[in-house]
Amino acid sequence: MLDFLKPPVAELQDFFALAGRALKNIFRAPHYWDDVAIQMDVIGVGSLPIVILTGFFSGLVITMQMSRALAVYGATGQVGPIVMITLVRELGPVLTALLVAGRNASGIASELGSMKVTEQIDAMRALGTDPIKKLVTPRLIATCIMLPQLTIVADFLGMVGGYIISYFSLHLTGAQYWTPAYQALEYNDLVQGLLKPFVFAFIISLVGCFYGMKTSGGTQGVGRATTQAVVVASVWIFVITALITRVFVNL
Amino acid sequence: MSETVKNTNECVLRFENVSLSFDQTKALDRISFHVDAGETRVILGASGSGKTMLLKTAIGLVEPDEGRVVLLGEEIVHRKERELFPLRARVGVLFQEGGLFDSLTVEDNVAYPLENTLTESERPDPAHIYDRVVETLRFVELEETLEKFPNELSGGMRRRVGIARAVVTEPALVLYDSPTAGLDPITANTIMALVAKNRDSQNTASLIVTHRYQDGQLMANFRYNPQRGQLERLQHEPAPQRAATTEFSSGSTKKTETRTIFMVLNEGRLAFEGSQSELESCTDTYVRNFVRR
Repeated sequence: MLDFLKPPVAELQDFFALAGRALKNIFRAPHYWDDVAIQMDVIGVGSLPIVILTGFFSGLVITMQMSRALAVYGATGQVGPIVMITLVRELGPVLTALLVAGRNASGIASELGSMKVTEQIDAMRALGTDPIKKLVTPRLIATCIMLPQLTIVADFLGMVGGYIISYFSLHLTGAQYWTPAYQALEYNDLVQGLLKPFVFAFIISLVGCFYGMKTSGGTQGVGRATTQAVVVASVWIFVITALITRVFVNL
Repeated sequence: MSETVKNTNECVLRFENVSLSFDQTKALDRISFHVDAGETRVILGASGSGKTMLLKTAIGLVEPDEGRVVLLGEEIVHRKERELFPLRARVGVLFQEGGLFDSLTVEDNVAYPLENTLTESERPDPAHIYDRVVETLRFVELEETLEKFPNELSGGMRRRVGIARAVVTEPALVLYDSPTAGLDPITANTIMALVAKNRDSQNTASLIVTHRYQDGQLMANFRYNPQRGQLERLQHEPAPQRAATTEFSSGSTKKTETRTIFMVLNEGRLAFEGSQSELESCTDTYVRNFVRR
């Protein structure tokens, strides 16, 4: 009767099995540091331009939207703290993660998927290398290192975007914008603002690798794996951010 | 490397009653055989007769339902995959389509086993890797393609790079999965000549899966002459070296120069095992399909 539940549960189990093996391999020799460096370049440096653009414009837009609402109460001076809290707590991590998911979860899934359907993964195993260790773990490590840093960049560029609007349109000085913003920031905000990208990094890299590694059915299968990876990673990002926020709001 | 295995008359691969099935169809049905060091096994069979599965089982890529597989002296069934990696690093494999990494250059493909699969102590130092790669590519006469990517090469050249990658670590056993499939007769002969060349210059045990009888014939009757740098036909017709039974007494039987044994698979079962002359005199109708005179 509950047969319809079997495939998703089995899939979840496979996902956690892969995640477990990828994590174990972090602590087990041999390490492929060259691959980690290459992936850090692809995921981190490669995503930098789009993350800068998105961070900047999201800060710009929040400031414009907020300034109108705040003007009603005559509190436009409070725009700095509001932009800061919104970006650091929520928008910075989530927007960056969604971009990196769209860019890299799909990239990882299609790369590993093509390798799977052309039997390169089997070739790798036959040549005596663990594909999890050689392909999955470096991507996991690289994403975990790069995503929090990308988030910091996005947060900062968002603040700069906010400052530009505050200066030109709200006529706030630098001190009026930056000082209350900086003072509003609490330890709690920073922790959740950096914990989130770290957790999202696991989701993005592992979901991408998982759908890549289980690809079947030729070129069409690769396309399907790519789409699934982006959709599933994005949904999980939203679910996890809600959970983490729920925990931190009560602290 | 692996000198101990190569120089003795040790068994490098043994199958004992190995069975494997997928959704009710038997891919392998109670297969038993063994490959000794320096021996050549030619496995003939129609497509779907379990030839590729046999090779995959031999290196533990597929786990059999029943039976024992002993590779280089170690039982590999029910072992953690992690424990198999060092063992597989001592076996060379040529995949059906070459199995090359298409995002790596030819040089990196051939260097891959040297850089990634050997243990720290066996790994040549980085300065020597390049020399080893060039040397191996020269062996397959492709040393000018170092910087190319696999998809820039022809099918036959890709197969040759695949051979280079399989033999670069000088393994004790090399598995060839349909090395000549989809190639024209001239290229196919070039490939088989390379297979024989590797066997005779390294004294490697070879397991060759093919559907072309000519491939087996070439392995059984030709030998690479390092002085003249080409294959030579053996002078005498190879005498039957062993009976079709599984017992093998290496001391008493007369050895031919190339120890080539033919096996024919039919729907997962071993339909024939024996020398070339035994194969040619076999009366089984299925087996006869593969023999061309």
